Amino acid sequence: MNFTHSEDRQMLADTFGRHLDQQYTIDVRHRISGSPEGWSRERWLGMADLGIIGALFDERSGGYGGSGFDLAVVFEQLGRSLVVEPFLGSLMAGQALAKAGCRSDLLAQLITGETTLAFASEEPQSRYDFASITTRAQHDHGTWTLSGRKSVIPQLEAASHVVVSASLGKESAGLFLVELGKPGAAVSGYKMVDGGRGGDLTLDRASATLLTDNALPLLEEITAAGIVALSWEAVGVMDVLKKSTLDYLRTRKQFGIPIGKFQALQHRIVNVAIEIEQARSAAINAAAALAGPRAARERAVSAAKYTVGRAGTIAAEESIQMHGGIGMSWELPLSHYAKRALMIGHQLGDEDHHLLRFVSLAATG
Amino acid sequence: MDLTFTPAEEAFRAEVRAFLEQNLPSVLAEKIRTAQRLSKSDHEQWHAILNQRGWLAAHWPVEHGGTGWSIEQSYIFEDELSRAHAPGVVAFGPSMLGPVLIKYGSEAQKRYWLPRILDGSDWWCQGYSEPGAGSDLASLKTSAVRDGDHYIVNGQKTWTTLGQHANMIFCLVRTSTEGRKQEGISFLLIDMQTPGIEVRPIILLDGEHEVNEIFFTNVKVPVENIVGTENKGWTYAKYLLTYERTGIAGVSRSIAALKELRRIAQAQLRNGKPLTEDPLFAARMARVDIDLRNMVTTNLRVLLASGDGAAPLEMGAMLKIRGTEIRQEITRLARIVLGPQAQPFFAPEGITAQYLNYRKLSIFGGSNEVQREIISKSLLEM
Repeated sequence: MNFTHSEDRQMLADTFGRHLDQQYTIDVRHRISGSPEGWSRERWLGMADLGIIGALFDERSGGYGGSGFDLAVVFEQLGRSLVVEPFLGSLMAGQALAKAGCRSDLLAQLITGETTLAFASEEPQSRYDFASITTRAQHDHGTWTLSGRKSVIPQLEAASHVVVSASLGKESAGLFLVELGKPGAAVSGYKMVDGGRGGDLTLDRASATLLTDNALPLLEEITAAGIVALSWEAVGVMDVLKKSTLDYLRTRKQFGIPIGKFQALQHRIVNVAIEIEQARSAAINAAAALAGPRAARERAVSAAKYTVGRAGTIAAEESIQMHGGIGMSWELPLSHYAKRALMIGHQLGDEDHHLLRFVSLAATG
Repeated sequence: MDLTFTPAEEAFRAEVRAFLEQNLPSVLAEKIRTAQRLSKSDHEQWHAILNQRGWLAAHWPVEHGGTGWSIEQSYIFEDELSRAHAPGVVAFGPSMLGPVLIKYGSEAQKRYWLPRILDGSDWWCQGYSEPGAGSDLASLKTSAVRDGDHYIVNGQKTWTTLGQHANMIFCLVRTSTEGRKQEGISFLLIDMQTPGIEVRPIILLDGEHEVNEIFFTNVKVPVENIVGTENKGWTYAKYLLTYERTGIAGVSRSIAALKELRRIAQAQLRNGKPLTEDPLFAARMARVDIDLRNMVTTNLRVLLASGDGAAPLEMGAMLKIRGTEIRQEITRLARIVLGPQAQPFFAPEGITAQYLNYRKLSIFGGSNEVQREIISKSLLEM
């Protein structure tokens, strides 16, 4: 048993961390996040050159990683620097192409940074349930077309293609690749609470390529990978929340002494620290289970997402509270970390969703 | 990162399991499973069985009768004990005094006392807390004044767990009132048969006699019974707190308790369905289940990072806080499962009594608030 990263992964984490410290300071991040595009192709290419995107895929798919702990080291660093570039969508859509064995050319372009991908499983009514699909696929004269709506897709406008789930009728569903910028696929973009941009996709007989006609097992696997990634991003974000709050408790004086001398605040920060350590453990468990048997994997993944959802909310709210008024300000980086910690809870299933899911998984397995 | 056990570790697990199948008396296992209190002879019987296999003081160095197990092996051992509902080892001799003697005791003390811990000749209890010194342990007042070849001990200890069974007590006593209060404390071994010692029971809220008050009036203790150096007892007491943290989070016991909780919840109906299928209760159980799964990993992370099983104080404190919260939550849910049947004094399987008794977990061994002080000092470095 061993809880340290392999040397290669640790080196990747260190290199990427240093790169972000230099290239992705909080000012740069704010400028990118607030720009009309809401992401930076230049930074994306810089990170691709470092091999960061390749780390998300296995060798068979043209990468050199792809395991749970590869996602872990990358997304932990993304969280630490509040990176808004389209990593989650690219990971999930790329994994869909890889697992379906389709479009290795597009996957290669993704790994070099030439393109970015988006992943669309959420619909206005689905509320985190990837099996709730009303978008319909139709097969006519040898071509597939899709009609329906997909909602709150991270960095949709940045993507060249989007992977979409659609119903094939009679309980079955398929995964499709849709090229953006073509007729029938309308994108409406907006700013996100935690920075960057998201978008809704309205499909009206949009032409699409079938990746698989048995989408649900694949959706489950891809969502699991996405949750491992988000869990580690949350750990990275929460570590910064803790560190910033500790710094503030040491330096901010009230009543003539540093506020860290007050027991009420000491015990609050300890509670936050314990939540974060439990969240790190949950993220480790999920990363380790990602390549394992389905039942154990899904339990670990739901346990992790429940845990980071809960811990993220606690860490965000407590950090703001312990900072007092300044914690409410846009100017302080802390508030942006807090928003990211909270919004991770709204991606791929919140605390309650995954608690209920854990219950039903435990009952069946 | 590797969260699996090696084939050698799995073989060790099988060895422990086979040992328990053959040697754990079913009467004892049933008492543990149903949260019944063990008698003195139950404890002694179990200690003797473990000692015969060389597993009573597993964490001691091999030359003193320990096993030299790795952290993983110690973890597996605890895990198998819990799974089989085996009693734990009564900590005072093997886990508390033993390691202190091994590190700080004289050769003569080690030669005399360590074998007696192993073979059950002595039952030790711990004389730490006093009426005026609980969480603020260093404020203790029980005095030991040197008089020729003896110390004369006067004062009062309290919350002495299972002191009614003990023939020996290791005590923190004040040998100096100068300087910082931590600097005048000594570590003394006292024979309970010595004239001037009186043991009085304290009945706890569950109606049980588990702890005692001990009064010392002009008790003569031979000077060779001091451990280490006079006035350095605080150091030894603190060492005892950092030593052997594999069990502090109690994860294995919590796993076994959660399994029992599921079993009893299965048998209770709400709206015609087992409680395990009741959405609210199932969610409450799932919360603690997930917290425990996370804790299993946190526990192993801390133990393995510390290398020798002696976790940094603040990490041990985290394990203690969350580990006891989880254990208490499971007993709370068990009480809720009983519904109206929780009320009779002899509620089924000792569940209400255990819930009440386990309020102690967040109080003893340094209350969870004291643990938070330890952690915040380390986090804030101020």
